[in-house]
Amino acid sequence: MATTTLDPAPPRRPSAARPAPARSRAASSRRAASWLLAITSIAIGLLMLLPIIWMLFTAFKPESDIVSAPPTLWPRELTLEHFAEVWERIPFARLYVNTIVFAGSVTVISLLFDSMAAYALARLPFKGRAVVMVLILLLLMLPFQVTLIPLYDMLNGLGLTNTLPGLIVPRMTNAFGIFFLTQFFLSLPKDLEEAARVDGASEWRIYWGIILPLSRPALLTLGLFHFQYNWNDLLWPLVMSSSVETSTLPAGLALFMGQHVVEYGLLMAGSLLAMLPVILFFLLIQRSFVAGIATTGLK
Amino acid sequence: MTTTSTAEPRVRAPRADTSPPRRRRMSVTARRSLTAWLFLTPTLLILIAFTVYPMVQAAYLSFTDYNLIRAAQWVGLDNYIELLSDDAFWNAFGNTVLYAAVVTPVTVVLALAFALMLNQAFVGRAFARTAIFLPFIVSLGIIAIAWAFLLDPNIGLLSHWLSLVGIVPEQGWLSDPRYAMAAVMVVGVWKNVGFYMVIYLAGLQSIPVDMYEAARLDGAGVWQRFRNVTLPLLSNQTLLVSVLALIATLQAFDQIYVMTRGGPFFRTETLVMLVYREGFQELRFGYASAISFVLVLFVFVLSMVQFGYLRRKQVTY
Repeated sequence: MATTTLDPAPPRRPSAARPAPARSRAASSRRAASWLLAITSIAIGLLMLLPIIWMLFTAFKPESDIVSAPPTLWPRELTLEHFAEVWERIPFARLYVNTIVFAGSVTVISLLFDSMAAYALARLPFKGRAVVMVLILLLLMLPFQVTLIPLYDMLNGLGLTNTLPGLIVPRMTNAFGIFFLTQFFLSLPKDLEEAARVDGASEWRIYWGIILPLSRPALLTLGLFHFQYNWNDLLWPLVMSSSVETSTLPAGLALFMGQHVVEYGLLMAGSLLAMLPVILFFLLIQRSFVAGIATTGLK
Repeated sequence: MTTTSTAEPRVRAPRADTSPPRRRRMSVTARRSLTAWLFLTPTLLILIAFTVYPMVQAAYLSFTDYNLIRAAQWVGLDNYIELLSDDAFWNAFGNTVLYAAVVTPVTVVLALAFALMLNQAFVGRAFARTAIFLPFIVSLGIIAIAWAFLLDPNIGLLSHWLSLVGIVPEQGWLSDPRYAMAAVMVVGVWKNVGFYMVIYLAGLQSIPVDMYEAARLDGAGVWQRFRNVTLPLLSNQTLLVSVLALIATLQAFDQIYVMTRGGPFFRTETLVMLVYREGFQELRFGYASAISFVLVLFVFVLSMVQFGYLRRKQVTY
């Protein structure tokens, strides 16, 4: 299945993935069905977006509007005060920087290490490959929660709790990433690489100059996974940091919410700002994303 | 270079054999091996230090009464024995099973339904795809705050809308013991359904159109085409999606932590929540490790069973 070519129709483009094969049906009934589909799916889409839309509108509502008795979706009045306030009430800039450094560096470093490992596993025959592969697969199935306590203990012993390196270092490679890229690298043709080898190129050059550029969609897709997973992670930063200052956005906001449940306007403004980078990342690589899913073992 | 050997790229063994002790040529295979290990070094070091070693450590801790301050005391099977008679454990276990048993099938079926719907061409498809996928990439830790607000009994919009239809839990959705779990489940489905939909979409696009043409010529109706063409050809995706969904639901934490903190009356406390509470709040690391091992075992056994069952049902064309 992994090698089937397919049209990776990006979600943005309503290209007709499949020409409707029905020939004799009345065109009008088909058009009616199409409208019904459109209305249903747009309604479902809006319903799915409701919490985000709600967040958006609430962030711009004045506090009096937020707590008024029958709640409404639309703001009666617009204000930017929550956005200004969030920077003062929570160490928001600090949280933002922490999260960018954490998710950003984990994504970049693990893309590098994952792809190096995957290159060895997919393209270089060597003794012990089977053993490493089994190890990766085993770790793939191991829930993170099992290692949580000793990992915390170890990093605590090293004085790394409440620090960014403590958050980052254990995440610098990832069994899923290695597996995902190995699957993808296995599907690449051998020709270019062999030509380069005949020309005397080093393995590093082949990896860096040939394999990586060919793997853009897979790397971007995996990059999105790594980025969103770490940007969003709650449990790990919650465990690793005890104060809002040394935390990441999800954990920081959750900690803050625990102390001040009522200030929804503030929380919604903060939350909205907190989710922007991930949404932007996704919208930027959307096309590669679907292609990446479609051409790797994930389909 | 002779053109005969094409299978093994540039294995220069023959040449090396004929020309004696030139070290560089002798060691081509060995050097290739060395290169591979060099490529693997950072990954292996990190995995061993931060995953394998902690895992072994966790296994050891689960037989001790470690509390981070005092040195660990070996207590044998005490933690595991205590589990068996611990109401908090069985409660969390039950909640985890209930959560997984409802959320997994609902998510998989909805993901398939959405994928089938959004595989047609129509106006607004791009919007719907993006809208359904978007919850997957936003943080539950963040968006669960919005959900908690939407469900607030006094000023929440969703609470208000549901009350217009006549559904009003007396103490609000998240503090009513009867409804809190349902609320948390809805968020669980909402969060992941888009991701599984994308996997199904990729699968649907790989089904050749002529399969449908052939089925249509044989007089198969819509339902029959779905049963006999679509569903079997999607069995790879179904296997992947249901194993992933099951593993994810058994490890539910984020939405529960933010929305209910395991309450009301521990009604939404799952095993991971319990590991967190026992470990990082009560500082009973040994006991928490034992719970996490029971969870692992459970996840492992269930996904193996699922693998076995679905593999057997798989139809190959």
